[in-house]
Amino acid sequence: MDNVQIEPVKRQRRGLPQELNILMVLVAVALVFEILGWIFQGQSFLMNTRRLTIMILQVSVVGIIAIGVTQVIITGGIDLSSGSVVAMTAMITMSVAQSGDYARAMYPALTDLPVMVPLAVGLGLGLIAGMINGALIALTGIPPFIATLGMMVTARGIAKWYTKGQPISFPTDSFAAIGSGAWPVFIFLAVALIFHIALRYTRYGKFTYAIGANPQAARVSGINVQRHLIKVYAIAGLLAGLAGIVTAARAETAQAGMGMMYELDAIAAAVIGGTSLSGGRGRIFGTVIGTLILGLMMSGFTFLRVDAFYQEIVKGVIIVAAVVADTFRQNARSKKA
Amino acid sequence: MVSKTTLEAIERYKEKSLPYILEIEGIRKEFPGVVALDDVQFRLRPGSVHALMGENGAGKSTLMKIIAGIYTPDRGTIRLRGEEVVLASPLDALEQGIAMIHQELALMDWMTVAENIWIRREPKNALGLIDHRKMTQMTRELFAQLRLKIDPTAQISTLTVAQRQMVEIAKAVSHRSQVLIMDEPTSAITETEVDHLFEIIRDLKARGVAIVYITHKMNELFEIADEFSVFRDGKYVGTHTSTDVTRDDIIRMMVGREITEMFPKEEAEIGDVIMSVENLSLPGTFHGITFDLRRGEILGLAGLVGSGRSNVAEALFGVTPATEGKIRIAGRDVTIASPADAMREGMALLTEDRKATGCFLPLTILENMQIAALHEGHVKLGCVDERGMTNLCLEMKDKLRIKTPNLDERIENLSGGNQQKVLIARWLLTKPKILILDEPTRGIDVGAKAEIHRLISRLAQQGVAVIMISSELPEVLGMSDRIMVMHEGHMTGILDRAEATQVKIMELAAR
Repeated sequence: MDNVQIEPVKRQRRGLPQELNILMVLVAVALVFEILGWIFQGQSFLMNTRRLTIMILQVSVVGIIAIGVTQVIITGGIDLSSGSVVAMTAMITMSVAQSGDYARAMYPALTDLPVMVPLAVGLGLGLIAGMINGALIALTGIPPFIATLGMMVTARGIAKWYTKGQPISFPTDSFAAIGSGAWPVFIFLAVALIFHIALRYTRYGKFTYAIGANPQAARVSGINVQRHLIKVYAIAGLLAGLAGIVTAARAETAQAGMGMMYELDAIAAAVIGGTSLSGGRGRIFGTVIGTLILGLMMSGFTFLRVDAFYQEIVKGVIIVAAVVADTFRQNARSKKA
Repeated sequence: MVSKTTLEAIERYKEKSLPYILEIEGIRKEFPGVVALDDVQFRLRPGSVHALMGENGAGKSTLMKIIAGIYTPDRGTIRLRGEEVVLASPLDALEQGIAMIHQELALMDWMTVAENIWIRREPKNALGLIDHRKMTQMTRELFAQLRLKIDPTAQISTLTVAQRQMVEIAKAVSHRSQVLIMDEPTSAITETEVDHLFEIIRDLKARGVAIVYITHKMNELFEIADEFSVFRDGKYVGTHTSTDVTRDDIIRMMVGREITEMFPKEEAEIGDVIMSVENLSLPGTFHGITFDLRRGEILGLAGLVGSGRSNVAEALFGVTPATEGKIRIAGRDVTIASPADAMREGMALLTEDRKATGCFLPLTILENMQIAALHEGHVKLGCVDERGMTNLCLEMKDKLRIKTPNLDERIENLSGGNQQKVLIARWLLTKPKILILDEPTRGIDVGAKAEIHRLISRLAQQGVAVIMISSELPEVLGMSDRIMVMHEGHMTGILDRAEATQVKIMELAAR
C-alpha cells in the first residue's frame, strides 16, 4: 500500500558556500587594487601593514554597529538609528569622561571619574535607545523602518541639543585608551566572536533566525516573539552605544555630527555579507567580511587617489549589486525547490 | 464591459436558442500531487440558478475558478453560447460575459461605490478627466434597476458586508454579464439580507442571467436553486432538479463512498480525563464548546471549512485565546494565554497551514525540528546541546521515515509529506500529552498519509490524547474514538465511533 515512489532529494554541498562566495569577493577586491596599484602607483597595495591597519581601524566602528544591525535584519527588521545613537552616546559619554585638568569641563564636579562610569553611561544609553526601538516595534506593531527612523532623528537631535552644537573634548587618559592603538579592532573582533557564538550556538540565536524566517510559526512554536524582538533591538542599541564610546575615545572628542551615515554603512556591510533583508538568513562572519570589503574599497580608492565623490558612487552601485545578486540566488533556489 | 466580439457572439447565440449557455465537458485539472478535477462536466441553463454541491475538496472551487478564468484546465472543452472558448484570465472571462462574486469581496475599500463599479471604464469629460457627476448618475440608474438603496458616493469601507455584496452584483450586472458565479454569498450576512439577495437573484434570473451558486447550506439550495450538480473527490456525480430530490439524497450523493482500508486505527487503552473544556467561547467565532478528552483517545473534530474548528484548536493552544470558558488539564484550572503557556501544560499544535504557520522555509530540517523542544532544556553552559539535539532529530527522522540524506537540507526542498513529518517531529520532541492536529494529512500523497495515520494511532496507544481536525470524513471516521461536529461556530453533536456515519456527520455539519 505504501507507494514505492522515491522522491528525488536534492543534495546540497555542506559547509559554508555563502561565506566562501563572500570571502572570494574580498580576495578579488584586494587583488584588483593590488594590480591597479602596480599599474598606476608603481607600488603594492597589500604589502603595506600601516595602510591595512588604518583601514581596519577605520571600519571597526561601523563593524561593531553592523554586528547588531545584522541581528536585527535577520529578524526581518531594520535599524536606521545606529549612526545617530553613536553620536548621542559619544556626546553624553564624553561629558562624564572629561579630565579634571581641563578648566572648562561640562560638569566640573564630574571630572576624573573612573573609566567604568562613562562606559556604563554609554552602554546604558545605547541599550535604552535600542529597547525603545524594540518596544515600539514589538508592542505597537509599527514597521521597524518607522520606529528606528524616529530614533535616528531623535537621537541626533539629543546629540545636538546636549551642548547646543559644541564639541566636548579632553577625556581622561584611561577613557582615551579605549580608542588608542589597535583597541577598536580588538573590540570589533571580540564582539564579532561573541555574537557569532550567540547566533549559531544558543537558543537566542535559534529563536532570532526562526522569527525572521516565519514570525507566525515562531509564535506557534512557543517563542515569545515580542520579548525576543525587544532583546534583539536592545542588543543592536547596546552595540551602537559601544561604537559611540569607541568613536569618542579614539577621537578624544565628541561632536554631534559623529556617526553620520554609519547606519547605512552597517546595513551595507550586512547585506554585502549575505544577510537577507527578507529575514531568516545571515551570518556574523559574512558581516565581518562585508565590513572589510567596504573598508578595503575606501582604502583602495584613497590609495589610487580616486576622488571621494567617485568613491560614494561606486559604493552605492556595489550595495545594490550585492542585493540584486542575493535576490537572483534566492529566486534560483525557490525555483529549484 | 463585455467586449465587442462578445456582443456579436451574444447576437449569434440569441438566434440559435440553445438550451445551455455554458457547457463544460471532460475537464481535468491537476495540481502538484493532487487531481483536483477529473473528467468533469457541467451544463448551465440561461435564467436559472445552478448550485454546485460537494464536500470540502470535492472540486467545486476549482471548477468555479475555471469558469471564472482564474485557472486554466489541463484538458477539456468550455463552450460558451454554443461556441468553444478559452478563458485566459479573470479579465478575459469578464469580457466574455462571465463575472464572479468572490467570497472575500474584491472591492477597493478606500474608493467610492461608483469608482469601484466603473473602474477601468470611467466616463470621461471633454478634457479626458473622470466625470464624477456622470459616474454617480450611471450608478444611480444601475441601482434603480436593481432596487438597491446604496449611496454611490459612499466609501466601500463604510458599507456592511451585505451591501458590499450588492455592489459586487451591481458591478457584474453593469458588465452585462450573462453568467454570474456566487461563492457562498450568504455566509456572512443576516437573514433579512439573505431575503433581499434572493430577490435580486430572482430578478437576475428573470432577465436571463445564469447563476452558478456555491453553498454549504441545504435550505438555501431548495429555496433558490433550480438545479444542482454534485461532485465528489474531483469527479462529477450527477445533476438533478432540486424539486425531485430530498436532502438525504443529496447528502448520500455527496459522501457516497466506502471507507477504505486506509485508516489503520489500532485499539488504544482509553485512560482518565486529561483535559476538560467547558463553555469555551470567542464571540463571533465559536460558542459554548464543551468536551472531555481522555488519555489515549483520538477525538475527531469535523465540520465544514469555516465552521470554527481551527479557531477552537487555536484557542486551546493560546494562539488566539478564547475570552470565555474554562480549560482544565489533569484536574487543574489553567489559563492559556499564549502557545508557550499551552506547551508548559504539555500541549502541542500542528497547524493547518504548513507554509504560513508551520515551516521556517529558509532554515534547515534540523533547525525546523528542534525549535519547540529548545524551550525545555537541551542547553548546556548557555549553548544548545547540538550533538544531543542532532541525535534526537536523527532518531525522529528514522522513526518517521523522513526522506532526506541529511538534516542540513533546507526544509523547502522537501515534499509536502516530508515537511509535515518534520513538523510532527518538532512536536513529538516536546513529548506532548495532548496533541492537536489540524488537517494532518492535507495535500500529502497516499503513502505518507497512511504512515501519519499509523503514527497517530501509535501515539494514542502510548497514552497521548489526540484532537484531530480533518475535512476528510473517511479519515475522521476511520481514526477517531469520538467525533465532535461543528457548524457555524457551534458544537452540533458528539458522536461515538460506533454510531458515527458519514451521513450523520454531514447532517450535523450542514444543517
